[in-house]
Amino acid sequence: MTTDNATRNSNLDLDNLPLRDLNAALQGAEEGGFTVLNPGGAHALACGLDAPVEVTIKGHAGYYCAGMNKHATVTIEGNASTGLAENMMSGTVRVKGNVSQSAGATAHGGLLIIEGDASARCGISLKGAEIVVGGSVGHMSAFMAQAGALVVCGDAGEALGDSIYEARLYVRGTVASLGADCIEKEMRDEHRTQLADLLARAGMDADVADFRRYGSARQLYNFKIDNAY
Amino acid sequence: MDAPENRKPQTLPRYSATFDPHTLSEIRRAAATGIYDIRGGGAKRKVPHFDDLLFLGASMSRYPLEGYREACNTAVTLGNRFAKKPIELKIPITIAGMSFGSLSGQAKEALGRGANMAGTSTTTGDGGMTPEERGHSEQLVYQYLPSRYGMNPDDLRKADAIEVVVGQGAKPGGGGMLLGQKINDRVAQMRTLPKGVDQRSACRHPDWTGPDDLEIKIGELREITGWQVPIYVKVGAARPYYDTALSVKAGADVVVLDGMQGGTAATQDVFIEHVGLPILAAIRPAVQALKDLGMHRKVQLVVSGGVRNGADVAKCLALGADAVSIGTAALVALGDNDPAYEAEYNALGTTAGAYDDWHEGNDPAGITTQVPELAARLDPVKAGQRLANFLNVMTLECQTIARACGKSDVHNLEPEDLVALTVEAAAMAQVPLAGTSWVPGS
Repeated sequence: MTTDNATRNSNLDLDNLPLRDLNAALQGAEEGGFTVLNPGGAHALACGLDAPVEVTIKGHAGYYCAGMNKHATVTIEGNASTGLAENMMSGTVRVKGNVSQSAGATAHGGLLIIEGDASARCGISLKGAEIVVGGSVGHMSAFMAQAGALVVCGDAGEALGDSIYEARLYVRGTVASLGADCIEKEMRDEHRTQLADLLARAGMDADVADFRRYGSARQLYNFKIDNAY
Repeated sequence: MDAPENRKPQTLPRYSATFDPHTLSEIRRAAATGIYDIRGGGAKRKVPHFDDLLFLGASMSRYPLEGYREACNTAVTLGNRFAKKPIELKIPITIAGMSFGSLSGQAKEALGRGANMAGTSTTTGDGGMTPEERGHSEQLVYQYLPSRYGMNPDDLRKADAIEVVVGQGAKPGGGGMLLGQKINDRVAQMRTLPKGVDQRSACRHPDWTGPDDLEIKIGELREITGWQVPIYVKVGAARPYYDTALSVKAGADVVVLDGMQGGTAATQDVFIEHVGLPILAAIRPAVQALKDLGMHRKVQLVVSGGVRNGADVAKCLALGADAVSIGTAALVALGDNDPAYEAEYNALGTTAGAYDDWHEGNDPAGITTQVPELAARLDPVKAGQRLANFLNVMTLECQTIARACGKSDVHNLEPEDLVALTVEAAAMAQVPLAGTSWVPGS
């Protein structure tokens, strides 16, 4: 098929379609559902979408899948590599498998659901998006995270939330270590409500009572001698 | 008192060249405060620079062109390697990236106005694109920085070019700083940070590391923008041969190379003065990398860091650059460090021409501030006209030199047109020491 006649429920087969044509078709659509066949770990799949389309990727995705997403719902029925949904603005991205590092990096909005594990730096520099991870996250996750939320149903690696600003972190399992200026914080009703909502929207079967909350001690917010390390 | 003939001669008081008065004052300041000095601007120390080069001009073996009459082209196209819509500039002088936040809205508007009048581009900074800046800049380069403050795909698609910032000359290896004094409501909102918090921009990109990743990142940016606009890669002058080669390998349309004299909004003084290379030392290795790859003039090289006049522009082009960027000089043209505000500079403990505490946000000239009363001092229309005038003068000066060297296009200037006044400059620029045929190292 050509990109001109891509319509609702179209199959877009990367074995027959150049990446540019595939992305142009998705970026040009205002609605509808699309299935990407034979992704083969290609990079920059379904990036820059700007409409409420639904995209299902049947297989593994490379770097920056669903990068800068707006409005679209992208589901990856496989694993995804570095920078999944980086700088997402809105919409929903769900990956059924595991993801590599920097998932949801700098994302401003929308919901990122990772059913498996996420590698290092998940939610790095997060700017307002919400991330729910069914498994565990690697080291330096939520590094310099500014706003938004990261929910980890498994364990968190070393230096969780290093240099964090106002993002909220919820972890059910163990935390290998907390990064600079990140502390455990009281779980109040507003946090339980937010967490329950996120778990429900992500379809995660987990008890809010099992989670702990982490966030910024706000001791690095202003430069002074004692924190000049 | 002794009679003159009986007085003992005394030597004059002598400052140490090593422990000079400035060094002593810095030791005392550090001892009193326990904190390092943060300031704006670029390297202030004396380094080999364009003043150490001279043009030879025409002579028996070279024909000059008639000044003011015979054509001497200055236009340049940036980014025609992959982009469908490259940047077309009337002059080879662009405005370097400076953020709204570090600069007032009026200053950003003035930069756009001045650049428009001169037919060149301006550049966003670490803090995103404002509607005013987009509206006042006919050709706007959108910086893609490690912090990704204000980064969004809508602005990305509004840009005329994208500049992936790996580093800058004032602080190769360092992230940005914008101290809380300048984080007002609007700046805080654009950067998704609480008001008044010192923001420390990341020094590394959050989702790529190294040239192999960068190649994939550039591919993503092109996919999002439909391969329409050029993608620049900006590096601080550190390892210019390899950084340029790797930028080309990663798919850059344009390489922007910034020397240590290039300014920053705020960084540790020790970083500014002791990390990175003078731009004079960086241009030839970068050009050599492009030539070795067969990409000279195909991937354009834009250089910056201490470009002050048309002679500097001509020297950059003669050494192989395609264009230059100006930042500090552009701010001075707007009105930065204007002696008219001398009393106010004195009140801040400095003097016009030396003021560099841009991070404190108290700029009397209304440029490096977010204080509304100060920012209102800068009339964007008049300041924009001053910048346009300055850009025009630089261009005329560059043409004057090019014509004197017999060139009908400023890009035809070449190293053969140059000599150096010092051994150091001769070695860095790889041109002969004046009066000799000796090029150190060759």
